[in-house]
Amino acid sequence: MLAVLEELVHAIADMEEETALNFVHRFVADSGDPQQVLDACREAMDIVGRRFEEGEYFLPELMLAGDLLEQISAIVKPLLIGSSQESNKTVGTVLIGTVHGDLHDIGKNIVVFMLEVNGYEVVDLGIDVSVEDFVDKVREIKPPVLALSGFLTLAFDSMKETIDALSEAGLRDSMKIMIGGGQVDEAVRTYTNADAFGLNAMDAVSLCRKWIAA
Amino acid sequence: MSETGLPEAAAENLQNFKERQQRIDDAIALRRPDRVPIIYYTMFWHATYAGITFKEAMYNYAKVSEITRKIVLELQPDAVAAPHRATLLGPTMELMGYQQLRWPGHGVGDNYSYQYIDREYMKPEEYDDYIEDPGWFYFTRYLPRIAEAFAPMSQLPQPASMQHTRLVYLTRFFTEEMAAAFSQLAKAGREAQIAFDSAATFQTEMAELGFPMGQMATGPAPYDYFADNMRGSKGIMLDLFRRKDKLLAAMERAIPIIIKGLIEMAGQNPCKIVFLPMHWGLDGFMSPDQFKVFFWPQLRRVLIGLIDAGLVPLVLWEGDCTSRLEIIADIPVGKAIYWFERTDLFHAKKVLGDVVCLRGNVPASMLNTGTPEDVRDYCRKLIEGVGKDGGFILDGGIGIPDEARLENVKAMFQAVHEFGA
Repeated sequence: MLAVLEELVHAIADMEEETALNFVHRFVADSGDPQQVLDACREAMDIVGRRFEEGEYFLPELMLAGDLLEQISAIVKPLLIGSSQESNKTVGTVLIGTVHGDLHDIGKNIVVFMLEVNGYEVVDLGIDVSVEDFVDKVREIKPPVLALSGFLTLAFDSMKETIDALSEAGLRDSMKIMIGGGQVDEAVRTYTNADAFGLNAMDAVSLCRKWIAA
Repeated sequence: MSETGLPEAAAENLQNFKERQQRIDDAIALRRPDRVPIIYYTMFWHATYAGITFKEAMYNYAKVSEITRKIVLELQPDAVAAPHRATLLGPTMELMGYQQLRWPGHGVGDNYSYQYIDREYMKPEEYDDYIEDPGWFYFTRYLPRIAEAFAPMSQLPQPASMQHTRLVYLTRFFTEEMAAAFSQLAKAGREAQIAFDSAATFQTEMAELGFPMGQMATGPAPYDYFADNMRGSKGIMLDLFRRKDKLLAAMERAIPIIIKGLIEMAGQNPCKIVFLPMHWGLDGFMSPDQFKVFFWPQLRRVLIGLIDAGLVPLVLWEGDCTSRLEIIADIPVGKAIYWFERTDLFHAKKVLGDVVCLRGNVPASMLNTGTPEDVRDYCRKLIEGVGKDGGFILDGGIGIPDEARLENVKAMFQAVHEFGA
């Protein structure tokens, strides 16, 4: 990476939004390679993820980093056409969704963001996802990891129904299933027959690292 | 007839009422009660219990009163959080065209609880408008966005300019839209009156049966007031970086409004407990340093304001708040209740045991999926480890979950009699 891009990496990692955006505008105006900006973003997000993992950063930092990343992408992506394109080396695919009956997506979106930042390709089915939609999608894309999200206590049963249906369809054993959100804990994991539960977005990343060999 | 001049049963109920109230008062004041108290609180479990739909539980006042009476007589709690104000909202919300919730028949199925729609209801550049005139901003900008019936209020003139030479502004009221809005609001208001009358009747009935109320008014932390209802969760988190001074100034304006509103809502009601559920200040949702600047000082002022008015704040600390315990210990001794959802109560007892009454926290997962023996053992540990010397109220993590198994709920209520004395 160009030494000058270190400045961008640090600005993003240290939540200096204005500095980061000014840098990107200046860099592309001087005909800098947009792909290198995206590479710098990825490096910065590694730092953000690490600081989150170590308890130095919290959700607000993730939100800001995510928003900043969107702004930078909007600046540089139109310039990428014809050039090297984004490097497409995903570490693995994760299928995710909020189970049926539950409309909450804040936690899920944060998990999606952290997984993507860590190189996973995430297929997000959204909120209030029916059992059938989960089963169909699993059959279609055969993800190594399925993540079920739910904030309300009604999600315990929705998660169980979803996983039961996957078992009946003979798809359960082909993947690992993690659950998370709200009051989910070890008892809910047992009840739903999931493989693991997570308390936060980093747990989701750690589980994927464990389950999907790089 | 008894000594009090009341029929025998009524005299006994009155005596039970006093004993129950005393038990809760003792727990709050960190005295040792005759046994550990337990309060009945749920969102929709009464619907599950009675086999009615959640939709009916949001619309049928008489039915909810009837079911809850039956539950209370069966479980014999020391106080009852009446479900009326939290869930019997369907008819009123329908009439006002309420937008911030999806509820059974309005965006979710008949057997699902209502759910909040997290969006940006106040734009970032509107902080200044709020700071300048919170009430007017709320009435003419915010309410029109969250309830259809209020939409025309966005055309109202500033009330500061309606002297006799400026009566032209009155013409703003002379539109079909405005007239329809006021008429619709009157309808919604009448429905709200019916709903709250049913809550008042229920409270009287419960008192006559010997059961005090577990809470009355409900209000937010200043930070949540903006996070939940105005800026949305993403908006507020970005504000922590981009607009911290505006957020702080806006909260400054909101604090007296929240306090006054709660005092007015609690009014002359004999129940002094005011419910404050915490949403966006828990562990992980902001750093301890951010908590010390943006959450706790403002919340503390609300708590002190309520305590000074003779009210008892019941703060529900959702999620895990372990890293906050030392910070939130800074309140007057024996004047509030801290209800923890997932925070380890044994640890909380060590940090807060001399300061505030604790409440909780049988996990929802256990009440929904465990066995009565699991619940019994768990309650026993809580009572013996946290509750024996007072300053403790037994409950679920957030009351009784909607889907809890009856035998598990019974086991929790039985535990205070078996182990709590």
